[in-house]
Amino acid sequence: MCLAIPGKVIELYDVNSMLMGKIDFAGTIKEACLAYVADVKVGEYVIVHAGFALNKINEKEAQKTFELWDEMTAKAEKEGLDVFGMPLKEKI
Amino acid sequence: MKYLDEFRDPYIAKKIVDEIHAVTTKDWVIMEICGGQTHSILKNGIDQLIPKSIELVHGPGCPVCVTPLEKIDKALAIASRDDVIFTSFGDMLRVPGSKKDLFMVKSEGGDVRFVYSPLDALQIAKDNPMKKVVFFAVGFETTAPLTAMAAWQAKVQGIDNFSLLVSHVLVPPAMIALLNSPNNRVNGYLAAGHVCTVMGLDEYYPLAAKFKLPIVATGFEPVDILEGILMVVRQLEEGRHEVENQYARVVNRDGNSSAIDIINKVFEISDQKWRGIGLIPESGMILRDEMAVYDAEKIFDVENLKVDEPKECISGIILQGLKKPHECNAFGKKCTPKNPLGATMVSSEGACAAYYAYNRQENLK
Ligand code: SF4
Repeated sequence: MCLAIPGKVIELYDVNSMLMGKIDFAGTIKEACLAYVADVKVGEYVIVHAGFALNKINEKEAQKTFELWDEMTAKAEKEGLDVFGMPLKEKI
Repeated sequence: MKYLDEFRDPYIAKKIVDEIHAVTTKDWVIMEICGGQTHSILKNGIDQLIPKSIELVHGPGCPVCVTPLEKIDKALAIASRDDVIFTSFGDMLRVPGSKKDLFMVKSEGGDVRFVYSPLDALQIAKDNPMKKVVFFAVGFETTAPLTAMAAWQAKVQGIDNFSLLVSHVLVPPAMIALLNSPNNRVNGYLAAGHVCTVMGLDEYYPLAAKFKLPIVATGFEPVDILEGILMVVRQLEEGRHEVENQYARVVNRDGNSSAIDIINKVFEISDQKWRGIGLIPESGMILRDEMAVYDAEKIFDVENLKVDEPKECISGIILQGLKKPHECNAFGKKCTPKNPLGATMVSSEGACAAYYAYNRQENLK
């Protein structure tokens, strides 16, 4: 019920003075109501639930998860191990 | 797909799993609130990747499952009328009422239509001025701004053959009710990411402080859920009880103020019955008096329905995290997704349906 998925805004327009738009979900294009993300621009990503964008996706924050885990990988590699704790040369 | 695939990366997931194993020294019970997370946990086998000393219990966060039986019966009564087009999210199709479900009403000739967005229901009302079009407004804070917008647009555009059958529920009051229960075992919560997207995090600070338990707003992909679990376990192991945000790419502390605005224009807070759990104070939303003309319960006379819940269904106990689906005698025998006895077997987000789909009965004692 509360599933919402990320998609890219590719077009903006008004319907009955409500901001609507076309969203690209990896190739599938659907219409969504953008009234709750009124400052959204074409090219930005939003999270869409049942035909409504609930929020914009914050690119910087999305990146953080990966940086954090990449840091751990880097640290492990310095110790000569991969993240599974195996010596690096044995990695397939 | 961008913002999805990265969060399903098995390599990153494995790193987090290792970290969870490394930091866990004691037994902990963690509850995920949202049914979407329950589904993701079972689908990805997250419950089997984490240390045995961490038990994941599944919360009441499936709106389909907690919609009270009376509301389902009201929906069935309204949907059976000749002058009505009844619209709903597809999830509600097979939810058993006392005698039948919406699917049966449809096959008996009722005009029941499943829509993707509440605005589609509004469009149906515009296209069918001779019919009364009702939308079944169920769901948590995630869905409330959507149905609120449909009602608001009906008002703005003067569409008077549109109404809502409202059964909206609020998550934090249910979290409090579970913690206040003498049977409570939960040490930490994964808060529902998309509910927080709308409402923000403010409601959780007093809760974390009062009950001394960590609350982490968490997303839905495997990497999100694992990271959320890790953040809760770290707090528990370090004796902290804070509100943290794993899902910061979508959730900010204030939530979405324009969505909250429309919710408050259309709805007000009320006591609400949860199927299987009972009445939880101030845990639901009803239409404000100014919006009463859009209230299907007021338009159609559907009071005094006699409801009848199957005796063997223990979904209420499951929704409180006190038992697991396979501990129900009917599970997989009398009760299957094809022939569900209780609502938790209907929606893929219901704990019973998720256990059934991913064969958890054999792997667990
Ligand atoms: S298995 Fe069926 S009968 Fe048992 S608790 Fe779940 S929904 Fe109810």
